Amino acid sequence: MFAQASAKTAEYAGKIVHVNEEGFLLDPTEWSPDIAVEIAKEEGIAELTPLHWQVIDFCRKHAVNGRSPTLRQITSGTGISTKEMFSLFPKGPAKKVARIAGLGKPEGCV
Amino acid sequence: MKHLLILGAGTAGTMVANRLRRSLDEAEWRITVVDPDEVHYYQPGFLFIPFGIYTKADVMKPRRNFIPRGVDLIVSSVDVIEPEQRRVRLSNDGRYLSYDFLVIATGAQIRPDQTPGLMEHEWRRTIFDFYTLDGALALAQHLRSWKGGRLVVNVVDNPIKCPVAPLEFLMLADWFFHEQGIRERVELVYATPLSGAFTKPIAARLLGDLLERKGIHVVPDFMVEHVDPDARKLVSYDEQVVEYDLLVTVPLNMGAEVIGKSGLGDDLNFVPVDKHTFLSPRYDNVFVLGDAAALPTSKAGSVAHFAVECFVENFIRYVDGLEMTRLFDGHANCFIESGFGKALLIDFNYTTEPLPGLYPLPGVGPLTLLQESEANHWGKLMFRWMYWNVLLKGKELPLPALMSMAGKQLVG
Repeated sequence: MFAQASAKTAEYAGKIVHVNEEGFLLDPTEWSPDIAVEIAKEEGIAELTPLHWQVIDFCRKHAVNGRSPTLRQITSGTGISTKEMFSLFPKGPAKKVARIAGLGKPEGCV
Repeated sequence: MKHLLILGAGTAGTMVANRLRRSLDEAEWRITVVDPDEVHYYQPGFLFIPFGIYTKADVMKPRRNFIPRGVDLIVSSVDVIEPEQRRVRLSNDGRYLSYDFLVIATGAQIRPDQTPGLMEHEWRRTIFDFYTLDGALALAQHLRSWKGGRLVVNVVDNPIKCPVAPLEFLMLADWFFHEQGIRERVELVYATPLSGAFTKPIAARLLGDLLERKGIHVVPDFMVEHVDPDARKLVSYDEQVVEYDLLVTVPLNMGAEVIGKSGLGDDLNFVPVDKHTFLSPRYDNVFVLGDAAALPTSKAGSVAHFAVECFVENFIRYVDGLEMTRLFDGHANCFIESGFGKALLIDFNYTTEPLPGLYPLPGVGPLTLLQESEANHWGKLMFRWMYWNVLLKGKELPLPALMSMAGKQLVG
């Protein structure tokens, strides 16, 4: 993993997990569906519908080295359109799904 | 006689041809390179063309100058790759070329046709790109008489070639319009699908406000859906609108069409490969190098350079049935022009993000990592000479292929 300045922790669903400064889980294995529900609430998504779960499951399954798939990979892999992705996970769906699914934030090289 | 076929004579393909021709016995190995274009472009130089810093002549040379004796160059595109039959079909005469080993180095291209509104009647009138020579030249011509207004740089989606180029373009534009005396009449905007201009934690902390300090406004999380060329606005999937007078787009990047047609690529026509050896997981005689590969590192010439060094050592072992031991670490090394005669430098790999420090000599430099300096700017300008005269010909550069932590600071 990347050298982390200071590993912080957070508590979700009664479990302590390691997070970075922006609240992304550092270790995908600490994730659970209960944690996803609570992070989703922080992201302004009151309830995770079956469609949300389809996306989350896809990302968990297709994560490479803890990195979430790109928005394009999600839409072509699930058949859910980009437009729908924005209504399911408003404002930056790739980033939101990654955080809810306990995966790393989509990043550039610098 | 064994046959090594290389598709693409760009940075990666040309370096492989030069290095392997020296390493493989001419009595045992035939090497052929296929490329559709007679001209080799120095792509990093395109960035400087809109601002009149480089001309056309600085960035193009005949490909044949860089293909060594003992390697056949065929100028043609490839119609289809048939890995099961170990052959490719050429487009120009329909001829099949059989191979024992294949290196795919077909690169990445911009695809403005993938975003509605870009390539219509305003293309190269108020909408430009700088990732092609034609686009960069057209933009240079336009900027010579532009009176100012709102200039928006928009990245359609990632991955893109040279991911720092959009930032460099904006910082060079800031400098250029200062020099032209019209900076106060120009608004500079960067609309990106990422969460900011700098997304890695340490770079974000050290450089977070670099663009703002230069008066460049960042619109984050902006995923463009279409462009309205008459109303001059970008519209995102969640219906945000960014208006422009002059749009400089970084269109969707995709691998070569032949990759998709041959069933070898992902949904962007990039080819999945082992990230340490570049060997295809599906075919044990196919390797993919440079931008054509789907790798979790930057699509950049420096990556191609370091990757080829590792690949060549591995390949001459692999063909003798030995294990590949020189495992690539994702090393990239990129200058970032920041205007006013200065630049930054970043050095990173698959697991280590860009860190501050000195490069290449620890404690000495002369180049500074994650920090602006004049030395970096001269380094970037000097690199064009190195590219044509040293790198492409497969000669050694005194830079290690794998990333080193020496000279880097671990910031807390």
